[in-house]
Amino acid sequence: MLTQTLGWIAAVAVIAGVAVALGVAPREATQGNVQRIMYLHVPSVWVAYLAFVVTAVASAVYLRNRAAATDRLAHATTEVGVLFLGVNIATGSIWGKPTWGTWWAWDARLTSVSIVFILFLGALLLRRATEDPERAARSAAVLAIFGALNIYLVHQSVNWWRTLHQPPSLLKAGPAAMPGAILAPLLINFLALGLLAAYFVTRRVRVLAAEAEALA
Amino acid sequence: MPADPLIRVTALGKAFGARLVLGDVSLAVHPGEAVALLGPNGAGKTTLLKILATLTRPTRGAAAVAGHDCARDAERVRRVIALVAHGTWVYDDLTAVENLRFWATLAGLTPSADALAGALAQVELDRVASVPARTFSTGMKRRLGLARLVLAPPRVLLLDEPFAGLDERARKWFEEHLEAVKARGGALLMATHSLGRELAIAGRIAILAGGRIALDAPHGAVGTEEIRRLYALHTEEAS
Amino acid sequence: MTYARRAWIVLWKDLLVERRSKETLNALVFFSLLLLFVFQFTLGPDRERLTAVLPGLLWLGFVLAGLVGLGRTFLLERENDCWEGLLLAPGDKSAIYVGKLAANLVLMGLVEALVLALFTVFFNVDLGPALGGLVPVLALGTLGLAAAGTLFAAMTAHVRARELLFPVLLLPAQVPVLLGTVKATEALLAGAPLGTVGHWLQLLAAADAVYLVVGVLTFEFLLEG
Repeated sequence: MLTQTLGWIAAVAVIAGVAVALGVAPREATQGNVQRIMYLHVPSVWVAYLAFVVTAVASAVYLRNRAAATDRLAHATTEVGVLFLGVNIATGSIWGKPTWGTWWAWDARLTSVSIVFILFLGALLLRRATEDPERAARSAAVLAIFGALNIYLVHQSVNWWRTLHQPPSLLKAGPAAMPGAILAPLLINFLALGLLAAYFVTRRVRVLAAEAEALA
Repeated sequence: MPADPLIRVTALGKAFGARLVLGDVSLAVHPGEAVALLGPNGAGKTTLLKILATLTRPTRGAAAVAGHDCARDAERVRRVIALVAHGTWVYDDLTAVENLRFWATLAGLTPSADALAGALAQVELDRVASVPARTFSTGMKRRLGLARLVLAPPRVLLLDEPFAGLDERARKWFEEHLEAVKARGGALLMATHSLGRELAIAGRIAILAGGRIALDAPHGAVGTEEIRRLYALHTEEAS
Repeated sequence: MTYARRAWIVLWKDLLVERRSKETLNALVFFSLLLLFVFQFTLGPDRERLTAVLPGLLWLGFVLAGLVGLGRTFLLERENDCWEGLLLAPGDKSAIYVGKLAANLVLMGLVEALVLALFTVFFNVDLGPALGGLVPVLALGTLGLAAAGTLFAAMTAHVRARELLFPVLLLPAQVPVLLGTVKATEALLAGAPLGTVGHWLQLLAAADAVYLVVGVLTFEFLLEG
């Protein structure tokens, strides 16, 4: 019941977010309407990283209390985080094609995010490859904690690597330097995608719990 | 018995995914007691021992050794127990004395060369002390494992088919060693198939069948024939 | 004190076994020689190109050798069925991690010295002036690689596809260390003083600290049955 309500709220928020991104947000001077993809591109990485923070915390809690429900939360947030990170990479590439002229560029942000994507995809692979489910949960928990702490190091090292070779990439400015007309739609879409992610996580945890029930 | 049990298992359950191995096991072993745990293959004897040895966690119920919970207080339990099971924990590339020194030091001891030699002498491995364990027979490797018990006598001994692979002399030595553990006020829980002289050491017999303790009786009260009959009866009931 | 003694006995055991069997060391030496030939064949006699990619090549060699060596961290325990014994030995399990890490550092140190010597001889590269700065970079980089590698080896010890999964998990996780070491080495070999790569050294030190702390705190959970 609660999940369904969450689903409806998320759906409404997403529609609002899309409307704002397409209609309300200002049209970018040089790039035109293709720049609007940013309203999907940027919030999706924020949501993904937020999901990974939840994964790391849930993993730490799981190692302490060994409750299967906590592990299911860690598992679900890993999956949803990877999903949204995939969206970020794909939209980054799609945005890059008309803007940079190429499907892929070793831009600092895109590269960093891709590495984090592989890191957490690895956690899902590890779960699948470990036969004993309890051991799988523990190993994935350790990897997730490691991965989450590594995120900052990855971004920092890749940043330094790129800025010595190329001019700064597209979105150097942080939120504070952004005009309100751009910031507001970004935040709205962040909220919308966040709700969507929460809905996915809730559904996924349900499915995982049902799978565990079926085995018992 | 007035003293608190050294091993206390309460309503213990363990499932591996869909497979329920232990359902509702309750058992207590007091200081100075030796309990023989009988049961057919797959009854869950090894699983029960593993839970008590903190190698795996139960899905239901509780297991405690010397008052410490095996799942939550595992380190305290490990200080008190010794497990004698199928694994021999022998590094093939190390000699007998090097193997012994490694495990003893890892357990926090500081054995002198004399102590190591003495322990090996007791299990009659002193002549091969400086020989790489690669060349050892299974029996010799098992004896090397027993030498660890000499260096660090445990309060609680968990045994899984402990006499397998031991020749007559080693068996006698080990039986005496087990009696000494009992005499010191330690506790023994021994899982075994055999209804032979392994049972001599046990003061109580417990039969594990159908995921539960089907019978828990003093050894003396039940003759060997009776045990055989009950064993067959309960294992048939379970299947 | 007991902690140090227990870590030491794990180091002692691994080095003793390695000295007798020489399995890992042989494999790594052979592997390094092989890499040398492959690099020579692909790069040819072009001196300028070689100098340009040397830092990357060097670290590629170290990392690939590291993957082979680090992946074997718990091979002995698996082969000799000693995993349970490690878990049941009373005391802080992180001492085992530290001991294993130390053994890996010794092994990797030996291989790195060998690779450096081979590069100097076969590619006629003069590492002399840069050596003073290279040593801390090597130390920090190797520590990062080994700290994570030892932990990941424990993570994948019971996985059937571990030869595949281990590098797949470790390589992306090592990106900060790889970038830091290659960039710092590049600058040092070009003659820059150590001070100019201070930020990379800081990053390496930070990565090392994070990986070590995670390793020490979480190893016991990976050891469980």
